[in-house]
Amino acid sequence: MSNPRTVEVSAIADTVARLCGEADLYLPEDVRRAFTQAQADEPSPVGREVLARLLENADIAAEEKMPICQDCGLAVIFIDVGQDVHLSGGDLAEAINEGVRRGYKDNYLRKSSCHPFSRENTGDNTPAIINYSIVPGDKVHLWVVPKGGGSENMSKVFLLTPAVGIAGVKKAILETVEAAGPNPCPPIILGVAVGGTFDQAAVRAKRTLLRELDSVNPDPEAAVLEKELLEEVNKLGIGPAGLGGGTTCLKVFVDIKPCHIASLPVAVNVQCHAARHKEAVL
Amino acid sequence: MSEIILLSPPLVDSDVSSLKAGDKVLVSGTIYTGRDAAHKRIVEALAEGKEPPFPLEGAVIFYVGPSPAPPGRVIGAAGPTTSYRMDAYAPTLMEHGLKAMIGKGKRNDEVKQAMQKNKAVYLAAIGGAGALMARCIKEAEVIAYPELGPEAVRRLVVQDMPLFVVNDVQGGDLYQQGRQAYARQ
Repeated sequence: MSNPRTVEVSAIADTVARLCGEADLYLPEDVRRAFTQAQADEPSPVGREVLARLLENADIAAEEKMPICQDCGLAVIFIDVGQDVHLSGGDLAEAINEGVRRGYKDNYLRKSSCHPFSRENTGDNTPAIINYSIVPGDKVHLWVVPKGGGSENMSKVFLLTPAVGIAGVKKAILETVEAAGPNPCPPIILGVAVGGTFDQAAVRAKRTLLRELDSVNPDPEAAVLEKELLEEVNKLGIGPAGLGGGTTCLKVFVDIKPCHIASLPVAVNVQCHAARHKEAVL
Repeated sequence: MSEIILLSPPLVDSDVSSLKAGDKVLVSGTIYTGRDAAHKRIVEALAEGKEPPFPLEGAVIFYVGPSPAPPGRVIGAAGPTTSYRMDAYAPTLMEHGLKAMIGKGKRNDEVKQAMQKNKAVYLAAIGGAGALMARCIKEAEVIAYPELGPEAVRRLVVQDMPLFVVNDVQGGDLYQQGRQAYARQ
């Protein structure tokens, strides 16, 4: 076996801090392209105006180093650690939290983490929500995906009966979007996971949000479902900001995995138009 | 598209009675901020016969929890938060003179009925456009509940804040009307 490659956790803290700032201040290029395309396709004049304002908002945010949205999110972190990496110099989770603390403070980002009952703010946006994976290789791949409350509150996990099939899965997703209406800041992006277990489906649904909006799903079955769902969701008429229009959703991401013979879990993670996600490889 | 209507709080009945769902408005002047926790405290204060933290008569309230002000700015990003969390408190505030609410997302039937009864309107700001909205805010000062941090009550002076009328005093609802106009099959 080869010697492990050493990665200092302090470098991970620095990277998380930088990505927190970048994610909240700069609209990703793939989202910008999607807004521009939607503007060309949108039939509603109000909808087109909303999309134009969102592009203007992203420009102002970048110019003035101001967050795109006041809800700078809970700091959701995905970290894929290569199995040939030796993490050195301290506690990994503490390093990630240190990065979040610094990133949110130094960039004047809103801290939204609080006790669920007392509602007392933790003051530094920690603890981060960390999703770890062990992968082949000797690299550490980090993603920071700040997740706002308005869209997260509209997300759902369903434990359907296998008999409902693909039609039942589509129905559950469309009902989720319909019930959410204008609340999650459309045009939305949907992260959908089908299969697996109750807990795993929700994390996978969120993980799909790491994909580029203009990417093509390598799983042909999922790719077809993504296209069909996008068309059906956009027939609902909710539109940009929920004020009516053809652009309710910019993209549906679908991840299909095997599940128990008795189960059909479906998780729908609703993502607002800001679709913040920044990544780095160490 | 409708013409743009200018509103300057404090508002009176005639300012809001003529507004229709779908109208575009620009608000200039003094408005106040409040979210869930602040609403709870204001409603409790009113129930105890105490003065609210700002005069509710003709007031406009903006549901926002801004991000911290960067150096040299009066406020950080300041887009609207989702309004349904304030539904439990909104009718009480309207009974005490509140004339307009600024937020995003649907209101429940009780809030819509209270708007018709008390002649008040619900205005939508574009969700997520926090940097754009911050440009309209010229002054910001925490006036109550500073311990709530981003949820504290602030007095804002705004100029030409761009909004859409969603719920009017006749029961019009832009979210329903807009959707009906563009829903397919």
